[in-house]
Amino acid sequence: MSVDRRQFVRLAGTAALGLAAAPAAKLIASQEETASSEVMHEASLPTGEPKTAERWAMVIDLKKCAGHEGCTKCIDACHDSHNVPDFGNDKDEIKWLWKESFGHAFHEQDLDYVSDELKHRPTLMLCNHCDNPACVRVCPTGATWKREDGIVMMDWHRCIGCRYCVVACPYGSRSFNYRDPRPFIDEINEEFPTRMRGVVEKCTFCEELLAKGQMPKCVDACEAGALVFGDLEDPNSNVSQLLHEQFAIRRKPALGTQPEVYYLV
Amino acid sequence: MYDAGKIVTGLLIFLLLITFPVWYNAAMGKAQTRPNPVVQTADEPGRDTCVLEGDEMVTAHMNLLDEWRDTVVRDGVRMTETFNGHRIEMSLSRTCMDCHSNKEQFCDECHTYMDVEPYCWECHVEPRQAPEAAPEMEGGEQ
Repeated sequence: MSVDRRQFVRLAGTAALGLAAAPAAKLIASQEETASSEVMHEASLPTGEPKTAERWAMVIDLKKCAGHEGCTKCIDACHDSHNVPDFGNDKDEIKWLWKESFGHAFHEQDLDYVSDELKHRPTLMLCNHCDNPACVRVCPTGATWKREDGIVMMDWHRCIGCRYCVVACPYGSRSFNYRDPRPFIDEINEEFPTRMRGVVEKCTFCEELLAKGQMPKCVDACEAGALVFGDLEDPNSNVSQLLHEQFAIRRKPALGTQPEVYYLV
Repeated sequence: MYDAGKIVTGLLIFLLLITFPVWYNAAMGKAQTRPNPVVQTADEPGRDTCVLEGDEMVTAHMNLLDEWRDTVVRDGVRMTETFNGHRIEMSLSRTCMDCHSNKEQFCDECHTYMDVEPYCWECHVEPRQAPEAAPEMEGGEQ
């Protein structure tokens, strides 16, 4: 049997098409496979009884706090559970929750004629979880962002250590790990990761505990009841009630960052 | 051909040299031992299988962990299901290492062989290696 030119071309064309179709079919099949496995992970179920809110906020009663002079229970509870290192010097200090004098915390207030007691009253400071967070605006990698419930979160996986956020935050709430923090943690809490060198960290309102239905560590640890945490959008929540009944101030309100940590003086 | 003897000899020497790695390996080399990770599992129901089926875990665990960290940290979703329907928390140090608590024989075995250096453990805390009786201890710790 002889094959003429046309027949040969037709045969070769069909064969080439068949050869090309096989890997394409395989590729499509594998894509369908991965798509279905992705669906499996997205079908996530809610955890036990997570605490949720439309807008988390904190109210700090400075009088109640000052009544327990020298108490650092909230700070210890926070720093221990979040593996916050203690480098032993101010230059490298990492802080999530710390005390400052009222005069320093509210230096823009008219404090010329107030009592020395108030000027030196210990004032707890932490991330203000601003409604309009400056740190989020400047973060080039999206490593820090505002969640829908108002918590200004950090994704330490994505932090590249540029420290724009440290500069942008008007409250000094962000600390940078200039050194490897691991050796400077007294006792590592295995439930929570540590950070590595070159990463910024700060308070996260204990979102990992809220997800499990627990209150933030500092709120639980405070025996004076000076720290109140709740949903600002809920008019019946404890924070809303407190702010309704008493006059509260916020740090540096003129900057427009809308901090969500309120102080009762 | 002029100088055929010299050229052929030169070519032979050249071939010998350039194939040196091949025949040297064939003659003197030893086969690299394959990594042999110790897969520790728990006997409790719901913890006797992995998140995906074994083969898939071997090839895709890095993608799974990458997906998990985004889902947990960025979307705040913490629970998922294994391929056979068990509810689990998406957590490296809790869920994964709860069964595979032997990081050195499990993770490092292949990672060292493949010369990959995942930076999970620079932040996440690896489980303390209990000396010897690790599998039995596990149930009690929970």
